[in-house]
Amino acid sequence: MSSPLLDVQDLKKHFPIKGGFFGGVTGHVYAVDGISFHINKGETLSLVGESGCGKSTVGKAILKLFPITAGQVVLDGKRIDDMSSSVLRPLRRRMQVVFQDPFSSLNPRMRVRDILAEPIHNFGLARSGAELEEKVGKLMDTVRLPRDAVNRWPHEFSGGQRQRIGIARALAAEPDLIICDEAVSALDVSVKAQIVNLLQELQERLGLALLFISHDLAIVEHMTHRVAVMYLGKIAEVAPKRSLFAAPKHPYTEALLSAVPVPMPGKARERVILKGDVPSPINPPKGCRFHTRCPYAFDRCRVEEPPLRPVPTALEAGHLAACHLHDLSADRNPLAVAKGQALLAV
Amino acid sequence: MAEPLLVVENLQTHFRTPDGINRAVDGVSFHVNAGETVAIVGESGCGKSVTSMSILRLIPEPPGKIAGSIRFQGKDLLKLSEPEMRAIRGNEISMIFQEPMTSLNPVLNIGRQIGETLRLHQGLSARDAEAKAVEMLKLVGIPEPGRRVREYPHQLSGGMRQRVMIAIALACNPKLLIADEPTTALDVTIQAQILELMRGLKNTVGAAIVLITHDLGVVAEVAERVVVMYAGKKVEEAPVVELFNTPRHPYTQGLLGSMPKLGSSLTGTETRLAEIPGLVPSLKQKIPGCVFASRCPHATDLCVKVAPALEEKAPRHVAACHYALKEGAIAA
Repeated sequence: MSSPLLDVQDLKKHFPIKGGFFGGVTGHVYAVDGISFHINKGETLSLVGESGCGKSTVGKAILKLFPITAGQVVLDGKRIDDMSSSVLRPLRRRMQVVFQDPFSSLNPRMRVRDILAEPIHNFGLARSGAELEEKVGKLMDTVRLPRDAVNRWPHEFSGGQRQRIGIARALAAEPDLIICDEAVSALDVSVKAQIVNLLQELQERLGLALLFISHDLAIVEHMTHRVAVMYLGKIAEVAPKRSLFAAPKHPYTEALLSAVPVPMPGKARERVILKGDVPSPINPPKGCRFHTRCPYAFDRCRVEEPPLRPVPTALEAGHLAACHLHDLSADRNPLAVAKGQALLAV
Repeated sequence: MAEPLLVVENLQTHFRTPDGINRAVDGVSFHVNAGETVAIVGESGCGKSVTSMSILRLIPEPPGKIAGSIRFQGKDLLKLSEPEMRAIRGNEISMIFQEPMTSLNPVLNIGRQIGETLRLHQGLSARDAEAKAVEMLKLVGIPEPGRRVREYPHQLSGGMRQRVMIAIALACNPKLLIADEPTTALDVTIQAQILELMRGLKNTVGAAIVLITHDLGVVAEVAERVVVMYAGKKVEEAPVVELFNTPRHPYTQGLLGSMPKLGSSLTGTETRLAEIPGLVPSLKQKIPGCVFASRCPHATDLCVKVAPALEEKAPRHVAACHYALKEGAIAA
C-alpha cells in the first residue's frame, strides 16, 4: 500500500490561559489533545463534532498557522511540523484552505483577478503574464463563474459566488489537499447544494484529497469517504462512511446521529438525547471524556481513558472507536448491533 | 367555526431605502389556530423574520411600513395604539430570538429578566416574581433553579441561555409564541434538547407556536402546518406530512431535493444533489410574474408575465404555481 498523503500522529495543541496579577500562565485549554489520523490521496476525510471540540484547531495546526504543542504532521513522507517557515514555504502550495465565511475571507480591496493571481505568482506557477491570465481564466471556468467577472470586487458577489472565488483561490496553487473548514455552513440550502456538488466534481476530476471539517452530518455523509468524530479534543470514532452511519460504535456518535432532525415528519426514530452540556476543555473530565454525558457509562469509564482501537463488531475494516463497551460481552454491549437504521429512520 | 387565534391577511411590509422600496413581505396571508404549531420556512431574505417582527410591530416605522391586517383574537393589531400593543407583547404574544447570547441583558441576573415581564404585565411583587422565575426555570429544565436564578447570562452555556429565553417567553402564559430560528445557533445535541423541551412544553402550556426557520429537518420534527415563503411571498402551504410527501411548488420541490438525506449511505440513494440554479431576485424591483420564474426549471412565458394566484391543489394544500397539478407532479 502506498503511504498516505497526510499522516497526523498524536497531535496536541494546548493554548495557554494568561491571567493573574503578573500575567502568568494559569492553565491551558486542551483544544486538541492527542489525535492521530491519515488521509490518502484523492480521499475525503470528514472531521465532525460540536463547537469547541477542536476540529478547526486541527485544520489550522496542519496548516501550521500556529506552532503545535506535541505530535507530528507528515505530508507525503516529509515531516512538516518542525520545518522552519522558509523550508515549509514551497510545501504550503500543496495544502490549501477554504474558510467558512466568504464575507471575511476575501480581501475587499483586491479585485478577483488579483485574489486568484496571488498564489500563482507566489509559487511561481506562471512564466509569463499571458500564462497567468490564462490560468486565472481557467480557474473561473472551473468554479463556473464568468471570465469577465475577474475585474470585479468581492462585494459585488453573493455568498455562494464568493465561496466559489474562495475555492478558485485554493485551487490556484494546484494543491493535493484542501482543508474545507465549515466551507458550506454559512450558505443557504439551495446554494449549499451548488457548492457541495462543485467540490465533489473537482475532487473527482483533479484527484484532490479533502479534509472536510463540518458539524453537518447529512452533508458529511453525502460528501465523504471516511469520518472522524471528535469530542473534547479527542477522536471518539473513525470509520469508513457506511460503517459509521450504519453501525456507530461510540455512544457519542450514536447520540449525534439521533439528534439530527430529518425531513421526514411522523417517522418513528430511536432517540438518544444527551443530558447537559459539553464540559470545558480547560478542565476535561478524567477517564473517558464523554462519561459525564454518556447514557451507558460504567465505573471503568470514570477512571480509565479508553484508547482508540479497532472494533471487532464493526461492519467494515478500519472502524476504530475509543470506548470500553467493546470489552464487554455482546449481550451487555448496546453498540454491538447495527443501530443506524433505527437512529436515522431509513 | 370560531375565528382562528391569529389571522394575517395580505400583510405587506415595505422598507424605504435610498435606492428604492424593498418589498420584504409582499401580500402574505396565513392563520394560526389556538394551540397549533405553524412553521414558516424559507431561505435568507425571503421575509420570514420580517413577517414575525411585523406581527409584534417591532418594525421601526419609518423606514418600514406595515399594511394589511393582523387580527389576534379578533383585534387588529395594526390599529392598536402603542400602549395597547405593549400590553400584548411579552404577555399574550411573546417571542424567542435566534441569538441567546445577545438577546439577554448581560448586566441583570436572569431572575430579574424573567421577573420583569411578570411584574410589568401581572403586577407581581419583586419577591413573587422571583419565586415564579424559579418555577419557570424548573419548567424549562434548568438544574438547581434556586441558585441559577441569581446568575448572570455569561455564567450560562448557549443551551441554558436559550432555555432562559423560553422561560421569559412563557412566563406570562402567552396564547401565541413566535420562535425565530430558536435552535439555529445551537449544536445538534443541544438543539435536540431544546426541540424536545418545546414539544413537551407545548403540551403542558398549550400555546400556539409560529416557528420561523430555514431548517426543514426542524420543521418536520415540530410543525403541524407549514408555510413556505420565497422572495416576500407565500408560495405554498400544507399540513407537514403532505408538504414533505407531495410538495406542489417547484421551489419547495427544489428545496427538498437540494438537501442531502441523512442515511443515504444505508439506502444507497447517494445521488447528486439537485441544485436550484441562480439567485434570489432583488426585492427592490416589482416582479410582474411569478417570483420564482427566474430560477424555475418549468417556467414558461406565462410565468414571467402573470403572477400565479394561490390555489387549493389538494384539501388544505395551497400553492402559487400555474402548472402545479392537483396530482402533485409538475406538467412537463
